[in-house]
Amino acid sequence: MRMLTFSSRTAKEILRDPLTAAFGAGFPLVLLLLLSAIQANIPVDLFEISRLAPGIAVFGLSFMTLFSATLISRDRTSALLERLYTTPLTAADYIGGYLLPMLPLALAQSAVCYTAALFLGLKMRVEILWAVLWVLPVSLFFISLGLLCGTLFSDKQVGGICGALLTNVAAWLSGTWFDLELVGGGFKRVAYALPFVHAVELERAALAGRAADILPHLAWVLGYGVLTAVAAAAVFTHKMRRS
Amino acid sequence: MEAIVTRGLSKRYRDAAAVEGLDLTVHRGELFALLGVNGAGKTTTIRMLSCLTRPTAGDALLGGKSVVSDSQAVKSIIAVSPQETAIAPNLTVRENLELMGGIHGLSRAQAREKAAALAERFGLDQIAGKRAKRLSGGWQRRLSIAMALISEPEILFLDEPTLGLDVLARSDLWEMIRALRGKMTLILTTHYMEEAEALSDRIGILKNGRLIFVGTAAQIKQKAGAERFEDAFVKLVKGETLQ
Repeated sequence: MRMLTFSSRTAKEILRDPLTAAFGAGFPLVLLLLLSAIQANIPVDLFEISRLAPGIAVFGLSFMTLFSATLISRDRTSALLERLYTTPLTAADYIGGYLLPMLPLALAQSAVCYTAALFLGLKMRVEILWAVLWVLPVSLFFISLGLLCGTLFSDKQVGGICGALLTNVAAWLSGTWFDLELVGGGFKRVAYALPFVHAVELERAALAGRAADILPHLAWVLGYGVLTAVAAAAVFTHKMRRS
Repeated sequence: MEAIVTRGLSKRYRDAAAVEGLDLTVHRGELFALLGVNGAGKTTTIRMLSCLTRPTAGDALLGGKSVVSDSQAVKSIIAVSPQETAIAPNLTVRENLELMGGIHGLSRAQAREKAAALAERFGLDQIAGKRAKRLSGGWQRRLSIAMALISEPEILFLDEPTLGLDVLARSDLWEMIRALRGKMTLILTTHYMEEAEALSDRIGILKNGRLIFVGTAAQIKQKAGAERFEDAFVKLVKGETLQ
């Protein structure tokens, strides 16, 4: 009950911030429209809607990292979190309270992205629903990363690290904007050692109905997601006890 | 049973002692003020008593429960209104009150009912649907104190409750604090001498982390041989040997 109360507050704080709508749904949609316009003039395989939409859906999740990290870092510097530390809320209540409301937001964001893709030529099929649902394990990584960054950094640092650095890294190393094969070498090896390209490949496999191709990428994404969630929970609990 | 009993309560940061061997008893239903100049140890004392900082030596029993070994039980009987206004900015007045109710384990219906009653008692009912960030400083402070009361705590800590408020807002808050006397144990920290004198049953004066005198305002004036309370405080703090 306590966790649900706190998660309800988290959801309200995020949803009532106008930047959430602007960046959470608006920015990925603008990119989808822009790249689809390029595709219409100069057709490129990579920007074909069934390959582009999963990439944008995953890229949009980097804003979930930004939202959760910003909220947590602001809470840390405000007196509210200190007040809450004097209540019976446990570390698990805080972590669940920050994580849980972000999951439906991530689902909603990807649903908006795929719905927009339908208007841009994506064929209506049941696999779209699966692609939306497979966003859940992917979002665990992005949201946990937000919890970790929000716990470690100030809100200004979060703006730089999650708002600028992460969104760029998530874009470059995801194989959405350019084919990683074209760069190859160390860049490609680094990209495949990180979860971003696996998240996009997972979504592409789900959308294409290639169930067997989902699992290897899911292992990477879940592995990073669980590790990041455990690290975030450990750091948050440590900081909470130390404070 | 006494509301608060501390025995040798101490907090050291490396070589510096923030609070040293604090022995203090606060009676149930009493309004007890902690006075001291900056760095005297007021905030550290409040932080230890409210389970925000772990003592490096000694212990404090609140309602018979130890802040060292049973902090969760202590947290269930206390509430804190921090120095900075501690509210959720994007939540409405009503939602802020209900948030604190839910966090203290009230059901949704109970939280709603108590929030409505508190809003009426604190004159917040006319602005119950307004977002907290849009309130003036005085109203935010009023809300912050109301939030601390929703759990009906046995012990309420008011850390500099009127800091930065104008004369009228301060006068309103004094009335609110007076109305709470006898209903719960109140621990007040303040820089304002007249506030401590006007509101408190007893006053503890801290200097360099040590409690140098405890008594009523009249006893403090008598001890220092001063007519005015402020003069008495200055005399006591400047004199090293009083106890």
